[in-house]
Amino acid sequence: MKQVVFISGKGGTGKSTLVSSLSILVQDKMLADCDVDAPNLHILLKGKVLKKDDFFGAKEAIIDSSTCIRCGLCRKTCRFGAINEEFEVNPMKCEGCGACTLVCPQEAIVLEEVKTGETYVSDTSRGTFSHALLDIGAEGSGKLVTEVRKNIYNNKKDEKWVLIDGSPGIGCVVIASITGADAVVAVSEPTKSGLSDLERVLGVARHFGIPAFVCINKYDLNPEVTSQIESFCESNGFPVIGRIPFDPSIVEALQEFKTPIEAGNSNVTNEIAGIWMRLVDELDKLKAN
Amino acid sequence: MRIAVLSGKGGTGKTTVSASLAVSVPFCQYIDCDVEEPNGAIFLTPEIQESIPVKVPVPEADMAKCSACGYCAKACQFHAIAVVKGKVLVFPEICHHCGACVIACLNDAIREVERTIGVVEVNGDGTFLQGKLNVGEPVSIPIIRELRKRMKKDVPVILDCSPGASCAVVQSIEGCDYCVLVTEPTPFGLHDLKIAVRLVRKMGIPFGIVLNKASDSSRLIHDFCRDEGIELLMEIPFSQEIAESYSKGVLPAQNDDFWKEKFEKLYEKIERGAGK
Amino acid sequence: MKVCVSSSGNSVESTMDPRFGRAAYFVIADTDTMESEIIENTAAASGGGAGITSGQLMVDKGVEAIITGNVGPNAMNVLKAANIEIYRGESVSVKENIDKFKKGLLEKITNTVPSHFGIGVQGGQK
Repeated sequence: MKQVVFISGKGGTGKSTLVSSLSILVQDKMLADCDVDAPNLHILLKGKVLKKDDFFGAKEAIIDSSTCIRCGLCRKTCRFGAINEEFEVNPMKCEGCGACTLVCPQEAIVLEEVKTGETYVSDTSRGTFSHALLDIGAEGSGKLVTEVRKNIYNNKKDEKWVLIDGSPGIGCVVIASITGADAVVAVSEPTKSGLSDLERVLGVARHFGIPAFVCINKYDLNPEVTSQIESFCESNGFPVIGRIPFDPSIVEALQEFKTPIEAGNSNVTNEIAGIWMRLVDELDKLKAN
Repeated sequence: MRIAVLSGKGGTGKTTVSASLAVSVPFCQYIDCDVEEPNGAIFLTPEIQESIPVKVPVPEADMAKCSACGYCAKACQFHAIAVVKGKVLVFPEICHHCGACVIACLNDAIREVERTIGVVEVNGDGTFLQGKLNVGEPVSIPIIRELRKRMKKDVPVILDCSPGASCAVVQSIEGCDYCVLVTEPTPFGLHDLKIAVRLVRKMGIPFGIVLNKASDSSRLIHDFCRDEGIELLMEIPFSQEIAESYSKGVLPAQNDDFWKEKFEKLYEKIERGAGK
Repeated sequence: MKVCVSSSGNSVESTMDPRFGRAAYFVIADTDTMESEIIENTAAASGGGAGITSGQLMVDKGVEAIITGNVGPNAMNVLKAANIEIYRGESVSVKENIDKFKKGLLEKITNTVPSHFGIGVQGGQK
């Protein structure tokens, strides 16, 4: 089973639209959404949730006010400013490090596991789908991503592929999404910010030694930056496997909860099919080497 | 007055809105808190005068004092320390800099050394700030904290946050007077907007919505605002022209008085909304 | 000899999990008596840390060799420091992997995987 993760340094480059389109074209696969902060894939997949589990992804200090003598040591020790003057813990600030539990002379503080999200395994017409939702402002999104990927393993049958919708950025969530994957497809757009973000996110893929490919969305929006992206990819050995044109009908289709494929946009459909063919080719080449 | 600009979903136009505000509001300070992908500089083209490394303390064991008891590894909730056959292995990338290992050590054998995880960059008069997380580093909070320390007190401050509703966003918007939520009229945009709304409500910060890439064909966001009683502050139409000039690093408010005025109006609405 | 196989399921009949730090389960077995202990891998951390915890677990359990697919750099550091040997298993059951190990049919891994593989990785960026 090969895991292909779709990422984008910058958000809103069309990652989820591409993944949901591929979910129609690619056969024999599972699906996963690792953008646990703001998952989107389920909106277009319209699956039925088969299994839902609470996720306890963080620890939080709890102060027992009956034994607390308000000595202030915990407040002084906490580097995150999570304990207020009333000796209450602010869950949004507590990192669950436990330093306060170590200094409390009364042993009045304990670390407790807290629910930080939910994981789901859904049945969709396009394959089994693993996804999750992190609670608002919660810690531990990287850990939840790991759980989503674990659920792929626990629910796989004999699928050949897993298509994974990654998350924007280059931090812990992205790292957790791509470690151990077989390939990364970075979806970029030809804007000044798009290029610098692409460089950073490809840097992360290379840092972790994962083969990375690039797809340029809305490539005709700025031919100059598109050619900059292409020459950057060329000189750094990242194959460009797709160019999708700027097309307002893609957004119109989305507003009707449809992928460009379902909306019958044949140009875009052909290009997306081509992206997948080129990706499979490149991966075969890698294997051959 | 501190204004945070955020969006549940990436790519909705957060930077467009916050940077446009920055060029339309006189004497304001702009801070790019999206330290994973800072983009404001592309539009605001500041001259960076100062680059301050952001350092975090990470543990180092003094093997002359260490008894390899393993208490530090047990105390570390982030599994950043392993004690193996008399050796202390520290994994600095995973460290959260909490100091628990120092407290747990019975022999006073752990001291903390500084390690750079990114930078804060500032222009000459301190009206532009951005943070950058180094590639491969997972923990961005210390950089945001460093940026917030440099917020000016007596001028409007505009904070461009990272997408999502994660702990980094919480850290960025805490203590702000007003939040501007930027969204787009797609099911994705609406879904993520709802997440952002829940976040700012939970934090008790007044807020309003800016609808980017608005089109006549969709009332998705209008309906949501009406049902929830949220003020729709401004609409920016879906236009190839705006998208193209954005791709070149030019904001609508930068060379067009029509848009500059619009953003000045937006700021007035924000002031009213914040009750200041 | 005490060996540990990263496993995708909770029995010796389960297929080996090619990942070490993020394996679903660990099966620790004595190659002489074939007595085995199955541990669910609860190790997790934001971004990294799973390999370190799993490595520490091996040390604490007194494992002398592990059989797995890929070992990340963090886990490798822990395992090397503890002189635990690493063998590349095959995608067959845990039990079959142990049998192969006993016959000396598994390759020993000495370098961290997958630090750099694939196309053009010697290019400009790190």
